[in-house]
Amino acid sequence: MSYFNADNLETAHEIISRYPRKKSALIPLLHLAQEQEGWVTDDAMRQIAELTDTTPAEVKGTGSFYEMFKFHPVGTYMINVCTNLACQLLGGEELLAHAEETLGIKAGGTTADGMFTIEDVECIAACTEAPCLQVNYRYKLRLTTDDLDQLIDDIRNGRATDIPEHGTLGLVRQHVPADAGAGIVAPEQATERPVWLARNDAVAEGGEG
Amino acid sequence: MTAVENEKSTVTVTLNGVEIEANPGELLIDAAERHGTYIPRFCYHSRMKPVGMCRMCLVEVDSGRGPALQPSCMIPVGEGMTVDTESEATKKAQDGVLEFLLINHPLDCPVCDKGGECPLQDQTVAFGPGESRFVEEKRHYEKPIPISDTVYLDRERCILCDRCTRFADDVAGDTLIHFMDRGNSTQVNTFPDEPFASYFSGNTVQICPVGALTAKPYRFKARPWDLEETISTAWIDSVGSRVTVQSSRNQVLRLLGVDADSVNWGWLSDKERFGFEALNSEDRLTAPMVRVDGRLESTGWAPALAAATDALRDVDPARIGVIGGARLTNESQYAWTKLAKGVLGTDNVDAQLGDGLPVEAVLGLPRATINQACTPGGTVILVGPDPKEDLGALFLRLRHAVVNDGTTLIELTPTRTGLSTIAGHSLHPKPGEVDLLAAALVDAVSGDARDAAGVPADAIAAAAAAISGPVTVVLGRASIAESAAITVDAAIALSQLEGVGFLSALRRGNVHGALDMGMAPGLLPGRVPLSTGCDAFDQVPTETGMDTIAMLEAAAAGDLDVLVLLGSDPLSDAPDADLAERGLAGAGTVIAVEMLPNASTLTHADLVLAAAAPTEVEGTFTNLEGRMSVAEQKVTPSGTSRADWMIAAELALRLGADLGVESPESIRAEIAAVSPVHAELTEAALADGRVEGVLISGSSIQAPTASGSSTPANDAYSLRLVAARRMYDNGTMLQASASSAGLAASVKVTLNPADFEKLGLDAGTVVKVISGRGELMAPLAADFGVPTGSAMIPANAPGSNANTLIDASASVTDVRVERA
Repeated sequence: MSYFNADNLETAHEIISRYPRKKSALIPLLHLAQEQEGWVTDDAMRQIAELTDTTPAEVKGTGSFYEMFKFHPVGTYMINVCTNLACQLLGGEELLAHAEETLGIKAGGTTADGMFTIEDVECIAACTEAPCLQVNYRYKLRLTTDDLDQLIDDIRNGRATDIPEHGTLGLVRQHVPADAGAGIVAPEQATERPVWLARNDAVAEGGEG
Repeated sequence: MTAVENEKSTVTVTLNGVEIEANPGELLIDAAERHGTYIPRFCYHSRMKPVGMCRMCLVEVDSGRGPALQPSCMIPVGEGMTVDTESEATKKAQDGVLEFLLINHPLDCPVCDKGGECPLQDQTVAFGPGESRFVEEKRHYEKPIPISDTVYLDRERCILCDRCTRFADDVAGDTLIHFMDRGNSTQVNTFPDEPFASYFSGNTVQICPVGALTAKPYRFKARPWDLEETISTAWIDSVGSRVTVQSSRNQVLRLLGVDADSVNWGWLSDKERFGFEALNSEDRLTAPMVRVDGRLESTGWAPALAAATDALRDVDPARIGVIGGARLTNESQYAWTKLAKGVLGTDNVDAQLGDGLPVEAVLGLPRATINQACTPGGTVILVGPDPKEDLGALFLRLRHAVVNDGTTLIELTPTRTGLSTIAGHSLHPKPGEVDLLAAALVDAVSGDARDAAGVPADAIAAAAAAISGPVTVVLGRASIAESAAITVDAAIALSQLEGVGFLSALRRGNVHGALDMGMAPGLLPGRVPLSTGCDAFDQVPTETGMDTIAMLEAAAAGDLDVLVLLGSDPLSDAPDADLAERGLAGAGTVIAVEMLPNASTLTHADLVLAAAAPTEVEGTFTNLEGRMSVAEQKVTPSGTSRADWMIAAELALRLGADLGVESPESIRAEIAAVSPVHAELTEAALADGRVEGVLISGSSIQAPTASGSSTPANDAYSLRLVAARRMYDNGTMLQASASSAGLAASVKVTLNPADFEKLGLDAGTVVKVISGRGELMAPLAADFGVPTGSAMIPANAPGSNANTLIDASASVTDVRVERA
């Protein structure tokens, strides 16, 4: 039932060690699983459950709340075209229709070669740059249909080096050595009041804070 | 007046213009209900943490900042709070919430099992809009999907109240169902291919406020308005959970849990809930049977009773034995004790099958109740079986106490249990050495820690240091492969802890009633020894008789002329199958009093008297605390089967003695008159204790004395056997329950993976397990919860029974595991 490769398993243990409760590592581990395969497989969820002392149902229940976790195979490049109001007024729908026509799939679908998935998304918070889209959550702004053709061509020919494969959140992974952690403990095991609460107390008593 | 009394112990709240007194910290919804104002709700359940999910309980609350709509299930009462549950704003909110909930809820009430008892239906009528403004298409899902072997889920009907998922996670600890997806697509579901296989899944069906969850045994069986119901007691295990038995057209169709504060809090294990199916099974005996030319054939009561009387008449009392009785009501147990000890004059009566504990350990030690065991801040020491497997409702109570009330659990069990994940300390002694571990734990409390039973001293010291507050020992047989004396010695050691109480974990239905009614060697009704005598009996045996193992040994040697099996199956349940077989074969006449034919009856009974089932007789049960509660008759007995007490009375009459009993009520009156501990037992007390029962306390039985037995060391090539019960096994009752029979997992030999290497074997390999007594074949399974050096084989699992390996006269059983 093992899913994570050796490197990722080591990373998984490192992530878990950052939290006072293993269960808290659930979302980061889902990201790690998605990074490995491009989507979150059932085996991945089973292993995450094992690693975090939860059940697979809990892992899937938690993960499936989030749109960015995919529980079925998706393309290496996930194109999210915004069709919310600002983008719609400036050609978002046309952009989506063009993408569908060019790639020969409908929104939600994946090309046969497993290269692209298109999604029709709500506002992605770049209204000043409408119409916009994301490829693997990297913004592409003020696009014309020609820009989109160029983008697809670049990706197909390996020129879009700024966009990692689907599932990779950051190109740099932060590693926190065990001895440099914040040393957070579970609330019930805390022996002293957290510093921010202590500061509030001081302010309330008229101190400097 | 003390300082505590000086503090204001109640909070004054104005509810709909009337001042009420609420308890500090009490939720508004509870305070209102206690004072007669029912606030509608779907998600709130008094035995689970509130979540404020459904918004149905919105009421206008003014805490000094003006009235505002607040969910009353999330708001604790506050001094001076003004609450209006009938204001325009409240009504509009209720109306709006219901309209929202009904947007996606199908209006299929006429074909919905919940129709007629549905909170959504009822509250829509009471508080909701008259008609729907929703004309769009509703959400659609495949309906219904099985989420386990017994429970179906119709996601279209679900209103996402979080009750079932909270129960699974918070109460049962089986987080196998969960909300999936988000927004309009939110649904309850399982992980693919991982069904909601919880021993407690039926509770989710009971608390579902709509028809989303239904249970196979009741689906489309009846409409609620056709059901008649009565409060009774579950008979499957010894927790004595309070239930409502519902029937229609003289057939029991459903059991629901009743919220008894001192017992089961409304929860039931699925075995308790669905076990009634066995009583409706086609295999039920409807008439007595007699063996003719080796085959059991139906006969009438007159010839059957005549044959039984002939067998019993003029037999030396020492050559008569009675095994079983835990199935019977207290009244029937009393009648059978009176027949056996008072009329026949034999003391060879044992309600346990050699798989329980001696009377002294159950009745001779200070007892504790479930509520005492669950005292916040107290400590529970488990020396016994896994409560999750044996005593489901007790498991839920203990789990709640440990998870929510700061009760510390210390396990002294041979393997990991269903409570291990939440236990403060899980110590697993070598099988047969729990007495040494218990003694070491007691010594560690006074600062003298040492290694014991394979458990290191520091682990024992840590456990000893964790003991705080009142201590309750949950005491039972963890494994039938080690002798009861070892458990008793452990109990004696633990009885030195200050203020300790013992909660019995003997598993069988009314086994504690059987002991209270004198169904054990050396015992008479009322928890008294033979020497005390019994005024209502014509005679009382003078010599202490034989227990089940001794009776089987005597029978095997040809020293027992009549053996009565009172709802017992020694072949399957006694710890020594070989002895049981020889005993049954060697006994003169075997008379079985049975509801359902079992392995022992089918192969060895010469005469079978058909007994009525628990739902077919009136009487009382006694649970593991000693709490008596009513078991009401709901339907008529199957065929011509009779209540067990009637059979005893009839046999006595034919033997020329009159038991003097006419009805369960008259027997209860006699029990109250002759028993020193049942004086409080009156019809009025039983009626008052209709839900909570009547706790019987006190005992004249002496505490047990140490056996001083020592467990031999095992050699390096063998593993020590642990044979424990599983909730679903090959038991006659379970196998006769249509929806539960298939849930019993077939036999496996479970070892610690570290032992695999030593043996050169892998998980899944079929192995031969050999003991000095016998052998069996089963596949291997791996579990780190089984200590190295031990082999776990479930008792009475389908396939092979671990009791074929056990020699009841040995203190432990060692086995060799070889490739088959």
